[in-house]
Amino acid sequence: MFHWLEKNPFAFALGVFITIAFAGLVEIVPNFAESARPLVGTTPYSTLELAGRHVYINNSCNACHSQLIRPFKSETDRYGHYSLSGEYAFDRPFLWGSKRTGPDLLRVGNYRTTDWHEHHMKDPAGVVPGSIMPAYKWMYKNETDIDTAYAEQLTVASFFKTPYTFTKDIGTENARMIPMKDGSTTYIEMGDTLEDAKRLALAEAKLIVADMKDEDVKDAVSKGKIPEIVAIIAYMNSLK
Amino acid sequence: MVDRPLEYDYTIAKLFMMNAIFVGIVGMFVGVLIAWQMAYPGLNTFLGEGLAEYTNFSRLRVLHTDSVIYGFVLSSVWSTWYFVGQRVLKVSMAESKTLMMIGYLHFWIYFAASAVIVVSLLMGITTSKEYAEFEWPLDLGITVIWLLWGASIAGLVGMRREKTLYVSIWYYVATFLAVAMLHLFNNLEVPTYFLSGGIGAWYHSVSMYSGTNDALVQWWFGHNAVAFVLTTPIVAIIYYFLPKESGQAIYSYKLSLLSFWGLMFVYLWAGGHHVLYSTVPDWVQTMGSIFSIVLILPSWGSAINMLLTMKGEWQQVASSPIIKFMILGSTFYMFSTLEGPIQAIKSVNAIAHFTDWIVGHVHDGALGWVGFTIVAAIYHMAPRFFKREIYSKSLMATQFWIQTLGIVLYFTSMWIAGITQGMMWRAHDEYGNLAYSFIDTVTVLHPYFTLRAVGGTLYLIGFIMFAYNIYKTTSAREIDESELQNASPMGA
Repeated sequence: MFHWLEKNPFAFALGVFITIAFAGLVEIVPNFAESARPLVGTTPYSTLELAGRHVYINNSCNACHSQLIRPFKSETDRYGHYSLSGEYAFDRPFLWGSKRTGPDLLRVGNYRTTDWHEHHMKDPAGVVPGSIMPAYKWMYKNETDIDTAYAEQLTVASFFKTPYTFTKDIGTENARMIPMKDGSTTYIEMGDTLEDAKRLALAEAKLIVADMKDEDVKDAVSKGKIPEIVAIIAYMNSLK
Repeated sequence: MVDRPLEYDYTIAKLFMMNAIFVGIVGMFVGVLIAWQMAYPGLNTFLGEGLAEYTNFSRLRVLHTDSVIYGFVLSSVWSTWYFVGQRVLKVSMAESKTLMMIGYLHFWIYFAASAVIVVSLLMGITTSKEYAEFEWPLDLGITVIWLLWGASIAGLVGMRREKTLYVSIWYYVATFLAVAMLHLFNNLEVPTYFLSGGIGAWYHSVSMYSGTNDALVQWWFGHNAVAFVLTTPIVAIIYYFLPKESGQAIYSYKLSLLSFWGLMFVYLWAGGHHVLYSTVPDWVQTMGSIFSIVLILPSWGSAINMLLTMKGEWQQVASSPIIKFMILGSTFYMFSTLEGPIQAIKSVNAIAHFTDWIVGHVHDGALGWVGFTIVAAIYHMAPRFFKREIYSKSLMATQFWIQTLGIVLYFTSMWIAGITQGMMWRAHDEYGNLAYSFIDTVTVLHPYFTLRAVGGTLYLIGFIMFAYNIYKTTSAREIDESELQNASPMGA
């Protein structure tokens, strides 16, 4: 049988393909729909948070930081409750990482503050002596790309039915209400237009900057510009 | 016609070889640089604060992994394909203008795409998915490159004079099919520019899958990208070059069969071991763990087949540096494919995951098995490309020992680092509190990071000696034409 296969390239290739495709079908398909369901209380990212998530990805923070807490006492002691599948429902892409050169960040918003991040990103070893994390000073100068974050919100809202609510739909039946743990519901606002989205992001940035000390960053925000550091802090603070 | 040996055309093979050596040096240099950055973080700004964004560990790390995997290794694999393919199928590229054109397109589109990839990664344009960081325009380019290779395989196989496909061809075909499947499914993404009516970066996309599903698909891809870029084509290479170089027939056909089909079936299941104790379904994790152990069989099958091919001819290991590279490569393959399954056992993974032990594991496979087998293959091909003798045999031997020392330093230091960190993370004191803060588990690693960087530097030095040796070979003493060009790989 095998000698025959080795003389018939097409049958051989077909045989190989069936053999390799098999495992993927069995392992991936069965739980696919179920695993994508959000938990009660899991909300999609705001425009500024999503822009911050892009800053996180652009700088490959995930190369050194995980976002996955395993169900061991040592991990829950250090980082908080272990990960649940539904928490990640709005994460496109997932950012679990594969290496912890630095600590896990899945719930960093619970125990680090805006102020802490501001100093740490500028001089990690100054805040945590012995740290080998590089400084990210360009984030204090580079402007955040709100456009792409908004484009992504529009895309996931239309393509994946991610529950975002346009400003114009708030209070109407078109609002996408999200159930919360305490029984209430909430919505995540998304600008009707790009200009609205920028206005919303700036309003959120102003709340963050109120807790910051860097004069240049404060200055930029007061002029309507959002440096990347503000966006990434918004994202860090949202990780809970 | 019957008695005239075929004139093989190595133009494309040579182009890929030169690219492999060039990108190999760049990719390994970046690897060495980021290794030193981990030991001495000041090096993150070694070109000054102004360029810090582009010399930073996090930006360079992707450049390292992608350039060695898809630059160095893939170029080498394709170089051997355009060499081995012609020879075991008994057709010359020169016989078909179409095939030559496909070859040229394959190389130059790949070369251009590589340049774009380097720039985009430095700029931070990435999807974040490991080894699949490229945004959708590049993914489309990669698909074109891959299909061109497929066309080359189909063309050469279609024109073949030798009807039976040699083992190496099985592995090349499997590589082509599996990576095509993995690449397509893992990179399903939605371009945001078009769905938002033209807002934001045109190249940006969002993953088709979310959260846990995204992780599951990614590590199905991630694990098997390793399998089908860093394993199966390397097995293809050694199945051709070891018998050729040693003059020994492959030890066992049945073992080749068993290993091939075993590997095809088992490898794809094992991806789950990258997401143990995560939120993917428990049964998927268990399957990943079990199949990782089963994977020892087909992996060792190939490796043992290689070692036993040397039966009765072991003196060649002492006398020939090329055989040295291949035999130590196969040995590292055995070592690495035993280490991997051990790390995939759930209780071991609890300590090993997220630590440098995993990095060590990747590198004893990549540096020892992949790197050494490729080096041996190029040392075998270069005299046939240029019709010259290898410039210096003693330089080859020196390279071998320097690189071997480098690998040993690399994996031993990462073993210790990984297990130390894994144990410190989980340590509790007598009151049940965590014994160490996170930073304690970082500072303790400094000596091991330094040792690893030294090991990497040695390997790079060896690789530069290799590049020099090949460069000098292009103008070395001419070879006397006595080789029987149409001998079968089994019997040469």
